[in-house]
Amino acid sequence: MMRPWIPLGVILLWALVALLAPALPLSPNSIDLPHILTPGSPDEWLGYDDLGRPVFDRLLVGARTSFLVAFAVVGVSLVIGSLLGTIGAYAGGWLDLVLVRVMDVFLAFPGILLAIALAGVMGPGIDNVVIALSVVSWVGYARLARAQVLSMKERDHVHAAVAIGTSPPRIIARHVLPLIGAPLIVEASFGMASVVIGEAGLSFLGLGVQPPTASWGSMIRDGTRYMLVAPHMVIAPGLALMGVVLSVNVLGDRLRDWLDVKNQPQNSFKSPLP
Amino acid sequence: MFIRFLISRFLTALAVVFGVVCLVFFLLHLVPGDPVEVMLGESARPADRAALQQALGLNQPVHVQFVRYMANLSQFDLGTSFYSKRPIRDLLLERLPATVELGVAALLVALLMAVPLGILAAVKKGTAWDVAATGIALFGVSIPNFWMGPMLILVGALWLGWFPVSGREGVASLVLPALTLGTALAAILSRMIRSAMLEIMNEDFMRTARGKGLAERTVILRHGLRNALLPVITLVGLQLGALLSGAVITETVFSWPGIGSLVVEAIHRRDYPVVQATVLCISTSYVALNVLTDLAYAWIDPRVRLGSQP
Repeated sequence: MMRPWIPLGVILLWALVALLAPALPLSPNSIDLPHILTPGSPDEWLGYDDLGRPVFDRLLVGARTSFLVAFAVVGVSLVIGSLLGTIGAYAGGWLDLVLVRVMDVFLAFPGILLAIALAGVMGPGIDNVVIALSVVSWVGYARLARAQVLSMKERDHVHAAVAIGTSPPRIIARHVLPLIGAPLIVEASFGMASVVIGEAGLSFLGLGVQPPTASWGSMIRDGTRYMLVAPHMVIAPGLALMGVVLSVNVLGDRLRDWLDVKNQPQNSFKSPLP
Repeated sequence: MFIRFLISRFLTALAVVFGVVCLVFFLLHLVPGDPVEVMLGESARPADRAALQQALGLNQPVHVQFVRYMANLSQFDLGTSFYSKRPIRDLLLERLPATVELGVAALLVALLMAVPLGILAAVKKGTAWDVAATGIALFGVSIPNFWMGPMLILVGALWLGWFPVSGREGVASLVLPALTLGTALAAILSRMIRSAMLEIMNEDFMRTARGKGLAERTVILRHGLRNALLPVITLVGLQLGALLSGAVITETVFSWPGIGSLVVEAIHRRDYPVVQATVLCISTSYVALNVLTDLAYAWIDPRVRLGSQP
């Protein structure tokens, strides 16, 4: 198995780039006409794109788009999903029934099909990408939280808390949530990989962030038109994307072993959305 | 008992489909501003605008629109394409064979890669073979379709010239899209086969087979794989859904004239009725596949059909 600090280093490096991108001396949108489609050279490592913009600078700025969307979507869907799942499971009855039926409906759309349709109908833009991907992602967390809480509800310490008259919100906050945190964190780490691919996928289809903002997905899209003369336009953002997704998957696997989460089949990676 | 299971599964699926229909109906209402104006552009003539509004039923209250939509759906009337002016049902039927062809080919590719890889990893557990198989699977799930496709085009079509760049003409044009779509599934399946094989390896009948002097190859393929594949085959059914959504991107990359590329084309043309109908078509087929998988599983495993599972 790969040493965990290699993928950890990759992620931290990209996260740092994403965080510092606005402060770095980058010119992702400067147009240098004589250099249109020229490949990498010692002066400009990754060459120029079809408008004469430096691919390296766009790659770094694209990391910011990826990470922004990933954190926003995973944050929103983790909070909403686990909240709904916990409430449904703890309350039981018709509330739970409604939740399960609603989850079933959202699960009936395979992969990011619903996100594609939503982003397509609402129009492109980073806000709409976050909304579209969150609408798809929350179900996973809700389902997991619900299953965890259902089994946690019957534990002795929860029965004891009920017996001494602790209020339900307090039981959930103090006696249930801390114990179901680990599987949710593991799910969220794999979720990051899915969302990074999801954002890039939407941008690849032209439904994501709008030009001139750089996104790895839209860079691949632009590059496919010039593949024979300028393959670097497709190869560079693809490798960056794969590096991040691969690292997140390896780290997620490690995290699962480390936190000893046993509710998922061993050694089976989470399938990325698209 | 089985009949009861069948009926309850069918009713649940029907409820889900109804929910999907509702959600898809509201898609059109998520278009920012006036959908008619978005579809026709600002310079449209008032007469055209009124005609489209009439055709989409947008001048009526929402509940009337919904009833009309449901009534049309119950007669398999999916509406008319705003772009090509043809019935959407015909468009879908025209595109369906290409998507089915691609899906079946991708499934074959996935099985051809996953079965040997999974067996190898299980039989040689803990060795370099196992680590390599794990690595390959990890790469398989981490390469997005929209990058794998262009890379295969670059190498297989532009550099080597073995396959056409895009389109659907003959078997050669099917190879690259099927590889693109099948790889992620192959990665996931190979892990399932590995863990199923590892469980089987400890069974008594495997020891018996070895004990009576059968060749190792026969033991693994005839006694091991046959039993390990049973749960895997039913899981393939669930993974077909991932294949359906992967098809949207893969078909777009290769200009494959299927249902997936129809969604994206319709979005770019702002042909919202087609977007609605196609999304509805894909997700109801997904629900149907899930039900069929459940039934197949129940049919194979009597414990499920006799109700020891919820």
